[in-house]
Amino acid sequence: MARAATTVRSTGRSSAARARTVAGPDHGVAPGLHGCRTDFPILSRTFHGKPLIYLDSAATSQKPRQVIDAEADFYLRLNANVHRGVYALSEEATEAYEAARARVAQFIHAKDPDEIVFVRGTTEAINLVAGGMARGQLSKGDRVVSTEMEHHSNIVPWHLLTQLPGIKLDFVGITDDGRLRQDDLERLVVRGTKLFTFTHVSNVLGTVNPVRELAQRAHDAGALALVDAAQSAPHLPLDVQEMGADFVAFSGHKVLGPTGIGVLWGRKELLNRLPPYMGGGEMIRDVGKDDITYKDPPLRFEAGTPNIAGAVVLSRALDYLSRVGWDDLRSWEFELLRDAHRKLTDAFGDDITIYGPPPGKDREAVLSFSLKGAHPHDVATLLDAEGVAVRAGHHCAQLIMKRYGVPAMTRASYYLYNSTSDTDRLVEALRKVHALLSR
Amino acid sequence: MAWDMYQERILDHYKRPRNFGHLDHPSLSGSESNPLCGDHITVELLLDPEKGTIQDVRFNGDGCAISVASASMLTSKIKGQRLADVAQTRRQDLEKMLSIPLSPVRIKCALTSLRALAEALSTTKSPMVVSESGGADTEPAGDATASRSPP
Ligand SMILES: Cc1ncc(COP(=O)(O)O)c(C=O)c1O
Repeated sequence: MARAATTVRSTGRSSAARARTVAGPDHGVAPGLHGCRTDFPILSRTFHGKPLIYLDSAATSQKPRQVIDAEADFYLRLNANVHRGVYALSEEATEAYEAARARVAQFIHAKDPDEIVFVRGTTEAINLVAGGMARGQLSKGDRVVSTEMEHHSNIVPWHLLTQLPGIKLDFVGITDDGRLRQDDLERLVVRGTKLFTFTHVSNVLGTVNPVRELAQRAHDAGALALVDAAQSAPHLPLDVQEMGADFVAFSGHKVLGPTGIGVLWGRKELLNRLPPYMGGGEMIRDVGKDDITYKDPPLRFEAGTPNIAGAVVLSRALDYLSRVGWDDLRSWEFELLRDAHRKLTDAFGDDITIYGPPPGKDREAVLSFSLKGAHPHDVATLLDAEGVAVRAGHHCAQLIMKRYGVPAMTRASYYLYNSTSDTDRLVEALRKVHALLSR
Repeated sequence: MAWDMYQERILDHYKRPRNFGHLDHPSLSGSESNPLCGDHITVELLLDPEKGTIQDVRFNGDGCAISVASASMLTSKIKGQRLADVAQTRRQDLEKMLSIPLSPVRIKCALTSLRALAEALSTTKSPMVVSESGGADTEPAGDATASRSPP
């Protein structure tokens, strides 16, 4: 961190206000939690002559200089293939790679680094489990239960499984205020369910699902529980012991890390039983013409040369996040959410629909909305002209769009480098858009 | 500059789209979606078989200002025209009609209605060609078949 993490302990409006007054050279944009905005070089870019207000962290987070430097440092000092060479450099690279695995294990409170499989991202993690299960772990009549709240990456891999004979896929529905439907949970997560897979935090609605309770429900039905933690890992301390799930997946690029690296955590005994879904080097013990034996997890699932730099740099990103501190991050983001929710509602009243639960403990700082008379595509285009980067579209969650009867939504999502004044810029730009487009 | 796209003319067609709705008995119809934004435009045509003209036209669906304005302008232009002439419409004509700066992403929005029209015409003797790029129109309109309603 550029500044000591302890200087701004107060949270909420007061710290945001204070942050505003100390805005440095960064063209008057408030400096974020603990002044961290200056750690993120990309945020000093301007677009269309306006300083960038980045409100698309749910798509991918920006990277602090510490992470960018770590990437260069790896290739400057450590680059070699892992688990192969006997020379010192290769041993160092292997050590760094395995240390990264241990760091991730510590980050999510896994019992054993061997429960950490490095993958490309959440998508690959989920496909790894689905692909493994497809190889002889499912039988006719088995059911997989997902939810309407999922990102396509937690729908499509399971949909592919339904091509196997007799495998059924069901979806838990969503309430009007953006929570999982209790009656569906009771009706669907029952005996005969092989796996219940659900998102921890919705990338559209911001809903924080009660993971422990849902995992318990899965287990009571004799099913396994998979948690998509892509949107929770950046914002909530993850403790896989406490969550009680069997598999947890997340992506490095959303937690300040690089693209192309992600994590699958699985209970050791389950990973031991899971067949590999990809074959290649690195993952085998012995290859004969008729018979192949595989290595134990996690290497069984890491065929080919892995993203070594990605794993090492991800561990640096987790270091950065840990130094920020969860308490400060949680209260900073809650204030961003509360403030944005109020400002948007005050400014547009009945002309804005904000989806998802009201600000509270079960809601993250992701705000998807519809502005009356204005198509999200036009909103995002015009906001871009004002330097405000938001996402418009179906956010890879078409079941949610269908649930609320809209083709697309506009989404503003926040992270540690945002401040409440970013929302002022958003609202100001939205007022112009609203005036232009409303009939 | 993005604001330049939203000229008075465009906004007028967006807020008061011409030919919006359904025909009672369309002779031809075609649809096109833009998966990027979830937009969907359907163009319905009523043909005058004697004169070989488009007697009436409607469009419906859901879209951004650019795709709705483009559909509104396109349908206004082709109403009453001979089918054979309409089939000659090119993306360049549409761009000229809109005459606003369009990024490659937003050109897709502008072309949604033209592609819907091309689909409607694809089974007639006057199929229409919409090119992907700004260059020569060499590509066929796609293999989508128009839905033909009973007369
Ligand atoms: C909830 C959720 N799950 C899964 C993913 C997929 O992550 P990735 O594209 O990194 O594999 C995303 C990313 O947008 C997400 O938001």
